[in-house]
Amino acid sequence: MKNVGHSIRKIDGMAVATGKPVYTEDLAMPNALVIKILRSPHAYAKITSIDVSRAESIEGVECVLTYRDVPNQRFTLAGQSYPEPSPYDRLILDQVLRYVGDEVAIIAAVDEKTAHRAMKKIKVEYEVLNPVLDFEEAIGHPSVVHPEEDLSVNFDIGLRKEMNITSSSHEEVGDVEEEFKHCAVIVEDVYYPQAQAHTMMETYRSFTYLDHAGRLVVLSSTQVPFHIRRQLARALQIPASKIRVIKPRIGGGFGGKQTGAGDIFAAIVTIKTGKPALIIYDRKETFSATTSRHAMRLRVKLGADLEGIIRAIDMEVLSDTGAYGEHAPTVLSCVGHYTLPLYNKTRAVRFDGKAVYTNKMPAGAFRGYGATQGTFALESTVNKLAEQLNMDPTEIRLKNISKVGETFLTGQGVALGSTTLDRCIAKGKELISWEEKFPRQEIGNNKVRAVGMAITMQGSGIANIGTASVEIRLNDDGNFTLLTGATDMGTGCDTILTQIAADALEVPMEMIIINAGDTDTSPYDPGSYASSTTYLAGSAVIKAAEELRGKILEQGALLLGVSVEDVEFDGLAVRTLRGDKDISFAKLAELTVLGNGKLQLVGYATHGSEVSPPPYVAGFAEVEVDQETGKVDLIDYVAVIDCGTVINPALARIQAEGGIAQGIGMALYEQVRYDEIGKMATNSFMQYKIPTRKDVGKVRIAFEESFEPTGPFGAKSIGEVVANTPPPAIAHAIYNAVGVRENQLPITPEKVFLGMLK
Amino acid sequence: MQIELTVNDKVVQWEVGNHEFLADTLRSHGYLSVKKACDTSCCGLCTVWIDGKSMLSCSILSLRAHGKKVTTIEGLPKEAEEFAQILSAEGAEQCGFCSPGFIMSVLAMKNELVNPTEEEIIHYLTGNLCRCTGYMGQLRAIKTYLGVA
Repeated sequence: MKNVGHSIRKIDGMAVATGKPVYTEDLAMPNALVIKILRSPHAYAKITSIDVSRAESIEGVECVLTYRDVPNQRFTLAGQSYPEPSPYDRLILDQVLRYVGDEVAIIAAVDEKTAHRAMKKIKVEYEVLNPVLDFEEAIGHPSVVHPEEDLSVNFDIGLRKEMNITSSSHEEVGDVEEEFKHCAVIVEDVYYPQAQAHTMMETYRSFTYLDHAGRLVVLSSTQVPFHIRRQLARALQIPASKIRVIKPRIGGGFGGKQTGAGDIFAAIVTIKTGKPALIIYDRKETFSATTSRHAMRLRVKLGADLEGIIRAIDMEVLSDTGAYGEHAPTVLSCVGHYTLPLYNKTRAVRFDGKAVYTNKMPAGAFRGYGATQGTFALESTVNKLAEQLNMDPTEIRLKNISKVGETFLTGQGVALGSTTLDRCIAKGKELISWEEKFPRQEIGNNKVRAVGMAITMQGSGIANIGTASVEIRLNDDGNFTLLTGATDMGTGCDTILTQIAADALEVPMEMIIINAGDTDTSPYDPGSYASSTTYLAGSAVIKAAEELRGKILEQGALLLGVSVEDVEFDGLAVRTLRGDKDISFAKLAELTVLGNGKLQLVGYATHGSEVSPPPYVAGFAEVEVDQETGKVDLIDYVAVIDCGTVINPALARIQAEGGIAQGIGMALYEQVRYDEIGKMATNSFMQYKIPTRKDVGKVRIAFEESFEPTGPFGAKSIGEVVANTPPPAIAHAIYNAVGVRENQLPITPEKVFLGMLK
Repeated sequence: MQIELTVNDKVVQWEVGNHEFLADTLRSHGYLSVKKACDTSCCGLCTVWIDGKSMLSCSILSLRAHGKKVTTIEGLPKEAEEFAQILSAEGAEQCGFCSPGFIMSVLAMKNELVNPTEEEIIHYLTGNLCRCTGYMGQLRAIKTYLGVA
């Protein structure tokens, strides 16, 4: 193949790298109203009075909106396919405020300074309520975060709002308790993966205006244009046909932009005033008034026989969804779905989870989506099991992992289509020099080096739910236009889908114009999340290209006066098999699209998958721990990846390196923290520490390609799976170094130091 | 008040507010490569050169740019293109939002450091945050660009 498998530069790479104006703020009209949000200072309160008259009277203030000015229709900001599993539990503005940062009023003014002045003139009185701050005390807490009658769900998610339970999940195959009785070894532990902030460099932003037909146009830095359109329609009570959502270049998402943020506020201002409006969340708002990864408590119990075969897994999860339930049920169930199938020699498996409301910033989608938390807990327990059995941690994995053609207990009979996880483990061992380095080496100066490891999986798209539609047209000049709703957020999917289309059509990439992420012109796509795009949209591209190829061959044969069996593609032409006649695409286009032809050739496909094939990573960490201070330096991180066929090696490598770095941040540095009254204590980069280039050590990536039969050219996903191994692998390495088993992330020097004193 | 400065080799007179920061002034005059991302002077996205030295334009009052020579990436098309080609060949621009500021720092580093070691490169660029790439691809690109191992 000419394009697939090659490290092709991103088609937008030069423009974004050299600062061309291609992002939301760059494209907004200079006269747009500036929107600012007055936010709740209380974790839980009710507005008893609100007076905006003084604010509204300021010159330059266009409008000030409060809960009295918005439709009384609850919705969810979660960007999910309809019917959304997330509860409809929020209003655009509510009289009840459920976390510090919840929206009290929307101010629109001619400029930022005026908006800020107006904000100070809004007089609000609150009845302060007793907040639910500790998620372990949420169930049965005297305060109920969502007492309202009109909260609704699309289907049963196990919501019990009077108990602060947002959703419940239970899966059980076999008798776990009985199986544990037969196990020679049982290990159990409790883990606390923390809330993590996405910290994409471009904060949330949205620009709205009414177009020539009076329709609402929303230019949004989002991963999910179609979902944003649906949620705006519901929240604003206007038909979706009156809304167009366009995604320009966006400055990172990591799942954060799978949840709506400022779009609704800009949209309502434009609807109310008829004027263009721009909302840009500052960094503080992005930290404290959007979403984070779900903090969780996970209890994992494993039972194994003396050979190290894992026979029973029991996992119990409590997930903190914060003030609103965006992604609460699905992140919760994914904790089990993306971990339990790793080990399929089990005879019994049980998963029980609850997501709970608290009066903190909502949690939401974040790269890994439950798998990250589940992997930390399960893999740490497997490492503990290996130690108990006196087995090498890599050996216990090799004995227990699923193989091609095998099923797993909770997998409803679906057989594994592809895996090279065994090779990933072997390769990783070699690259990190596991045999020499495991478990630890004293290196003098009171320092010790040690290695640790973990494996992980994710899905590729959402089986039976995710669909991608793609249209490819032959244009009047013989070029092609590829239309897709997939949303490139820097990941490179515009390039990857073009690569796939070019190889499927056997034409150069330069002949394909990709037009993506516009609800008016794109065929439906849920957006880029759930590790879907390459796998689902990529397959849709192949199908659409094949349909278009068939039509081109048919028309070519007709125009050449031969039967369709006697023609083939040849460069940029249709040619007879005998090679005596040909017609170029340009000529063919001219004769079909223009004049008497009256037939523009279009290939179209909607693709969904009945399976969600797992990509795999084997991750290996080498750390150096200072035994005097507890300081941990990450020396080396090796990740060996099975993502099926690697469509674009350079882009896959960068995805992997970036995901590993976020995992390193989660393992060692990052934590969303709150003070005792529920105010976020980490609302800037001064308190919330993402890794700098000094903090990531050396990250090395290798691929062990498999061929996934259901994927485009054999590809699976890579976007999320790469974030999962660092927390358990680094925790394992630290344990091997100094014997401190730290189950509460992040593993700070302080925790290591105190652990060593025990 | 009015200031006079040189932006990308062009002398301009701009009316700026007392509290206005250079990053905002530059953006308002169409230098849209200049991005802001932290509000706490620590992400490096707004990096421009003032009299040839890389500086955070979000933290410099526009008034202080009076009489100075300001360079944004728009003013270095050839150098920026050369490095951006290498960076994007690695795929290491990803979302690209941090790239213009990062490139301004890399180009300044090239002028300041002679044959830098890996450690010196990392140290010089620590103030340029990136959340997408994990920094490894950026480092590969820099080494290729500088011709160092």
